[in-house]
Amino acid sequence: MSRIRMRVRPLMVLALLGLLVLVACGPAATPTEAPTVVETATSPPRTVRVMTHDSFDISEEVLNTFEAEHDARIEILKAGDAGVVLNQAILSKDNPLADVLYGVDNTLLSRALEAGIFVPYQSPLLDQIPDRFELDDQHRALPVDYGDVCLNYEKAWFESEGLEPPSHLEDLTEPDYEGLTVVENPATSSPGLAFMLATIGHFGEDGDYTWLDYWADLRDNDVLVTEGWSEAYYEQFTYGSGGSGDRPVVVSYASSPPVEVHFSEEPFEEAPTAVVVGDGSCFRQIEFVGVLKNAQNLDLAREWIDFMLGETFQEDIPLHMFVFPANQKAALPDVFVEFAVTPDNPVTIDYTAIEANRESWIDAWTETTLR
Amino acid sequence: MRGGEPRACRRWRLWPTEGWTANTLLSGLLRLLVYVPLLSFFILFYFYPLTSILSLSFAPQGSISLEPLSRLFGTTRYLQTLWFTIWQAALSTFLTVLLALPGCYVFARYGFPGKSLVRALTTVPFVLPTMVVSLAFTALFGPRSLINLALMQAFGFDQPPLDLQHTIFIIILAHVFYNYTLVLRIVGTYWSNLSPQVEEAARMLGSSRWRALWEVTLPLLAPAIAAAAILVFVFDFTSFGVILVLGGPRFATLEVAIYRQTVHYLNLPLAAALSMIQILFTFALMAVYTRLQSTMSLPVELRSRRAIQRSPRGWREVLLVGGNVALMLILLVTPLVALVERSLTLEGRFSLAFYRALFRNPRGSAFYVPPIAAVRNSVSFALAAVALSVTLGLLAASVLDTGRPARGSASLRGWLRRLLDPIVMLPLGTSAVTLGLGYIVALDEPPLNLRTSPLLVVLAHTLVALPFMVRSVLPALRSIQPQLRQAAAMMGASPWRVRREVDLPIVSRAVLVGAVFAFTVSMGEFGATSLIARPERPTMPVAIYRFLGRPGAVNYGQALAMSTLLMLVCTVGFLVIERFRVGGVGEF
Repeated sequence: MSRIRMRVRPLMVLALLGLLVLVACGPAATPTEAPTVVETATSPPRTVRVMTHDSFDISEEVLNTFEAEHDARIEILKAGDAGVVLNQAILSKDNPLADVLYGVDNTLLSRALEAGIFVPYQSPLLDQIPDRFELDDQHRALPVDYGDVCLNYEKAWFESEGLEPPSHLEDLTEPDYEGLTVVENPATSSPGLAFMLATIGHFGEDGDYTWLDYWADLRDNDVLVTEGWSEAYYEQFTYGSGGSGDRPVVVSYASSPPVEVHFSEEPFEEAPTAVVVGDGSCFRQIEFVGVLKNAQNLDLAREWIDFMLGETFQEDIPLHMFVFPANQKAALPDVFVEFAVTPDNPVTIDYTAIEANRESWIDAWTETTLR
Repeated sequence: MRGGEPRACRRWRLWPTEGWTANTLLSGLLRLLVYVPLLSFFILFYFYPLTSILSLSFAPQGSISLEPLSRLFGTTRYLQTLWFTIWQAALSTFLTVLLALPGCYVFARYGFPGKSLVRALTTVPFVLPTMVVSLAFTALFGPRSLINLALMQAFGFDQPPLDLQHTIFIIILAHVFYNYTLVLRIVGTYWSNLSPQVEEAARMLGSSRWRALWEVTLPLLAPAIAAAAILVFVFDFTSFGVILVLGGPRFATLEVAIYRQTVHYLNLPLAAALSMIQILFTFALMAVYTRLQSTMSLPVELRSRRAIQRSPRGWREVLLVGGNVALMLILLVTPLVALVERSLTLEGRFSLAFYRALFRNPRGSAFYVPPIAAVRNSVSFALAAVALSVTLGLLAASVLDTGRPARGSASLRGWLRRLLDPIVMLPLGTSAVTLGLGYIVALDEPPLNLRTSPLLVVLAHTLVALPFMVRSVLPALRSIQPQLRQAAAMMGASPWRVRREVDLPIVSRAVLVGAVFAFTVSMGEFGATSLIARPERPTMPVAIYRFLGRPGAVNYGQALAMSTLLMLVCTVGFLVIERFRVGGVGEF
């Protein structure tokens, strides 16, 4: 008896006991898949699970409207940026995490369709959405919103320097604009990729002056490359950084000026920043939603998609996600009407070409710009 | 100094060479039982998801295709990446240890007012999201920073003279900034219980101060220094955010390459191959370390901290203490102050506007995070991770500590032990994006359908926190002289009492150090958490990244205000954990 006691180590026993307590309390303290117990036993509420990226946002009120109208519950699962979310959906397509995936854009669309994660759904609401947004004619991915990635500049900086603000992509390679621009790395940033695609669409891959010639000139004109949008906008952009950055031109969104106005402490007469909207200087990103194959609740998933394309949801999009609604019947908020500009002729590139060439384009870009 | 081979360790073999009795068999089984929770934790939440994703990556249709791997061997690109990953980590680790050691000495030998606060503040960098640190560094070293403006004015430069942006210097500076605290806490705590008498004896025998330090004190400290250094190295080796954000687009570690191949190109075979290289490197490093450590660690003379520490006397000592505290403040606290200052400034004036904005939800967003809720979420995840990692960490440390390893012993337990030590470290050396996808692939069936459970967040945090616990506790446990235990036993103390009154007081400080890091890892962790699909339960880092994802002065300000709140909560957390006493045991 005593020999056994001698050899059992009290520290271990303590730790084992602690583990038992943890195991016992763990599940109780963190209910994993609590199916809202409060509802009546007769009609358990149906749940639609929506998988999306971290930037997804919408009003509580809009979500409540859907839940009330359809006697249903919405569970939103966020899982990193759009690329990560799509990969998760692809890897789990036989046993999906959710019923609906929202947030695949035209730069990722081809990967999603090739992997076969969506099932077709021809929503009646598609009638209210212009054909130019509908890239998949089999209706597996339905357009929800769009936004343009454009160059932004600080108005006051150009005024005080007595320099004409840029109006076209070509301006940035002029000697006067040396060291003024900051862009994001297309290998790691979604707006960075979009801007690179804008230059590919605008200058083309063949001819006397290709998109790579443009980037070589930009490099010689001391363009700064950052990894992500936040770093470019909040650290390097003169306006966004509050003066600690020294780049008055930044790659951002066409909606950034109205958002600046919306999120300022003091009311603005006019937006402090402006957008370069010249011919072919912006790239249009379109975001899609789709029903995932093997969805548990197909009917509700379709109802949710109809809701996302309907006016209630669509009119709520601009001030939460800072992009434009795809549904043309949706009214824009005042701040967008007043301060937002639409680029003249945004670049579009066939979405299948994007996925097919993504890596070789990025490699060529890296070779030219970061060498 | 070296005590005789502890008898205890011979007794603890599973199959003793003499005396097979029912009792020895039973106790052997009991001891194997301890491995069950540990091994099942690692198998279920590490090896199973990892092997699932790796096998899916290499053989999506059941057969292995080597074509995607051609890129790996076709160019020297990945060899260069591996080389850069290694040398930047080695250099960062060397500098971190070098800069922190004098600080460890000061913290071990002297008491001075505000010491706990300084120690708590040095740990705050560890929780800060990279983007926030990057904001602070740009404010301090950017082209329009105060330093540069002052230099330009003083010397009449046209261009800012100090341009660290996107250079190797800022990567290494950031690594030191993040990891200084690891060395300070692990080595400092160990040192503070080391009796100064040996060193004094050496000096009395005529050694110079430096020789005594070099030949007596440093060898005694070696186990703790090695433990801290290995943690720092693995941290820098798998560095991701610092490389991307501060280093800029020209630098890439293996971790960065894995992320790009996975997320941007969905080239899973290549990503998996790179992941394997990273894991194998970590394992090999740990195996070497484990061997070294067992020859390094020796039982040492321990003294109560109270008997060792005193106030600095004379101008030399005051200068030594003051100089090191000043270094810590400049290196670690100035960037924090820069952030706090910015969070309190609007239009050049003092303002609480950004803090007020945190409490408002003007557009009725469904994803608005009330600051209280963010704090609550972060702290509850962190406390759960601390509880789990203290439990598992103590289990791991107690099976890994056997005095001296039974060399040449081919017993099952000896084998398990030699394997377990490196395994504990592996999660730190594993790419978060690989493991995150592994969870999605593996944990999708009941009873382990944890893919969307908040429990998964706690488990992921614990995997990362566990190495800190084990590396902190093991050197302390191994430093206990067997004579101490024997003396206690001889005087009639039961083994329980020996554990409670000999081991626990000595180890409790190290457990608290481990707990501080488990808390820190969980509070600041963003990478793995952001890769786990989760229902809305946002932590403070998640809220910070959300604000930083949008334009607008108010969003920027709120991100800084939330960061300040994170620093505040962590500082309070550290101070509370440090005050915690295990079962009312007197402080050693």
